[in-house]
Amino acid sequence: MSARHSLPRSIAAHGILITYTLIALFPVFVIVINSFKSRQAIFREPLALPTRETFDLIGFQTVLAQGDFFQYFQNSMIVTVASLFFVLLFGAMAAFALSEYRFRGNSLMGLYLALGIMIPIRLGTVAILQLMVATGLVNTLTALVLVYTAQGLPLAIFILSEFMRNVSDDLKNAGRIDGLSEYRIFFRLVLPLVRPAMATVAVFTMIPIWNDLWFPLILAPSEPTKTITLGSQVFIGQFVTNWNAVLAALSLAIVPVMVLYLIFSRQLIRGITAGAVK
Amino acid sequence: MSALTLSNVTKTFGTTEVITGVDLDVEPGEFCVFVGPSGCGKSTLLRMIAGLEDVTSGDVKIDDRRVNDVAPAKREIAMVFQSYALYPHLTVRDNMGLALKQAGTSRADITAATDKASAMLGLDPLIDRRPSELSGGQRQRVAIGRAIVRRPKLFLFDEPLSNLDAALRVATRIEIARLHRELGATMIYVTHDQVEAMTLADKIVVLRAGRVEQVGPPMELYNDPANTFVAGFIGSPQMNFLKSGPLGLSSAQMGIRPEHLEISTEAGQIAGKISHVEKLGGETLVYVLTEDHGLLTVRLFGEHDYQVDAPVWLTPDAARAFHFDEHGQRLRPGESSAAGRATP
Ligand SMILES: Nc1ncnc2c1ncn2[C@@H]1O[C@H](COP(=O)(O)OP(=O)(O)O)[C@@H](O)[C@H]1O
Ligand SMILES: [Mg+2]
Repeated sequence: MSARHSLPRSIAAHGILITYTLIALFPVFVIVINSFKSRQAIFREPLALPTRETFDLIGFQTVLAQGDFFQYFQNSMIVTVASLFFVLLFGAMAAFALSEYRFRGNSLMGLYLALGIMIPIRLGTVAILQLMVATGLVNTLTALVLVYTAQGLPLAIFILSEFMRNVSDDLKNAGRIDGLSEYRIFFRLVLPLVRPAMATVAVFTMIPIWNDLWFPLILAPSEPTKTITLGSQVFIGQFVTNWNAVLAALSLAIVPVMVLYLIFSRQLIRGITAGAVK
Repeated sequence: MSALTLSNVTKTFGTTEVITGVDLDVEPGEFCVFVGPSGCGKSTLLRMIAGLEDVTSGDVKIDDRRVNDVAPAKREIAMVFQSYALYPHLTVRDNMGLALKQAGTSRADITAATDKASAMLGLDPLIDRRPSELSGGQRQRVAIGRAIVRRPKLFLFDEPLSNLDAALRVATRIEIARLHRELGATMIYVTHDQVEAMTLADKIVVLRAGRVEQVGPPMELYNDPANTFVAGFIGSPQMNFLKSGPLGLSSAQMGIRPEHLEISTEAGQIAGKISHVEKLGGETLVYVLTEDHGLLTVRLFGEHDYQVDAPVWLTPDAARAFHFDEHGQRLRPGESSAAGRATP
């Protein structure tokens, strides 16, 4: 048995990973169990599982009775999916151009695009708001999609261009000799080979967008354009907080990201271990 | 008329000149091999012929048509790559047929062409598989099939055998030679392996650092090298280079192939001692360490027994020796009086 697979080592590794998983999942677990309990039960024993006496769906009822909740959900979903689509599309195209073509200012352009990783887009909030007011995009989902696309692009370009550099030149050249256009080479030959990297980028892009409160609050606070994170804020008052509703809304908000994550996760794992396993 | 003409072709990456003025003429139906050490610019030159790399200056002509500004797909060439470069999402048949499909050939014609190529290369049982389900040798055969299907004016090969194991390399080499005979097509073949160059070529182009050192048929390069580089590169084991001074010669260097050095345990011109012996069955290679010339190789036919560290004497066959000047250029008899063969 090789040293890499010895029993004590693998027990230790699993022990550490399981401990970490439990710690990471604990807050989520507490939120979910408490969303099924009555208000008194939440405060009396926050860590207890819901029992027959304490089980209560009042939180979910409140949230769903709030009426516009599905609307908020839908808004969040539209904004996230649309932003994700544009980030992946434009990010991959820019990464392909940077990694594939030699042109003047190539590395300067790469550096400029990577700058966005280090400088938070929120620093430009005032300018963005002025821009949106000027273009009449305030209180539209388009405003959010535009901002999130800009926010997600730097990291996407950075990660994807690294991966695209590793795609075989011979393959692209074979396509050129066979008469494929540069677009066909990009979509049919290169993109499928960087799919794991695309999934990685998708997950890292999607979660901050879904969870963001800042830009929905500033750019699209109107009732028809509220996102789920912003919509949930109605239950948090200055004096009274409807904890049942807050916890239920949070529990519900986990579901869509979970679904998206599951879609990408198979690819994601391949992306993370790419190179390590041949 | 020539199949390929390069006139004073150069290539510069940034500020480094990778190809420095290459002139070349390839006849129709010729098998031309570019050979040279790794990094000498063979692939770059081939990619310039294919149109995958721009030409910095000079002209590339295929079939007497200037193609400097013609896209790769329009040059009527086909290329086989070292890494096979098959399309991972397509079956063997679709891999071979893609170029014709892009060119708008009818379905029936594509099928006929792929069927013919697959029969030629014995790919019929694999025709519906994807590249990931093939072995290395099979993948390379598909890549060659993809080239055949296009009926190009020019076949370009970039080290197509480098990723194969020794036995497959020999088999595929023979297969390529057979295809060349059957198709009668013009082929340009890049390799760093002089054995492939010698066995396949009608014409060898020896490159060093982006410059053509010598062009000619294999035996001409072997028997009449223009300089020390070609002399050392062509032929295996490598030619021995001896300093002329201790031998009493007026040239700067003398080259002698390992089979033209006589070895004796009693007497000879150069004293040395055996440092290593390699027995290959059919031949024996004896490495002799000498004081004046360093390590020399002697090639003997059949089996021979020599003790390591035993003292021996070597005598070069003067009639088979090559003489070079201080710049490594060949001195031919009669060309210069300095090349006098002052052998005792
Ligand atoms: N895209 C490029 N940019 C800069 N230098 C390059 C590029 N491609 C090749 N080179 C350089 O050109 C030289 C020749 O490369 P290549 O033609 O691949 O050599 P070979 O095929 O003979 O091994 C090498 O020194 C290599 O570093
Ligand atoms: Mg090469």
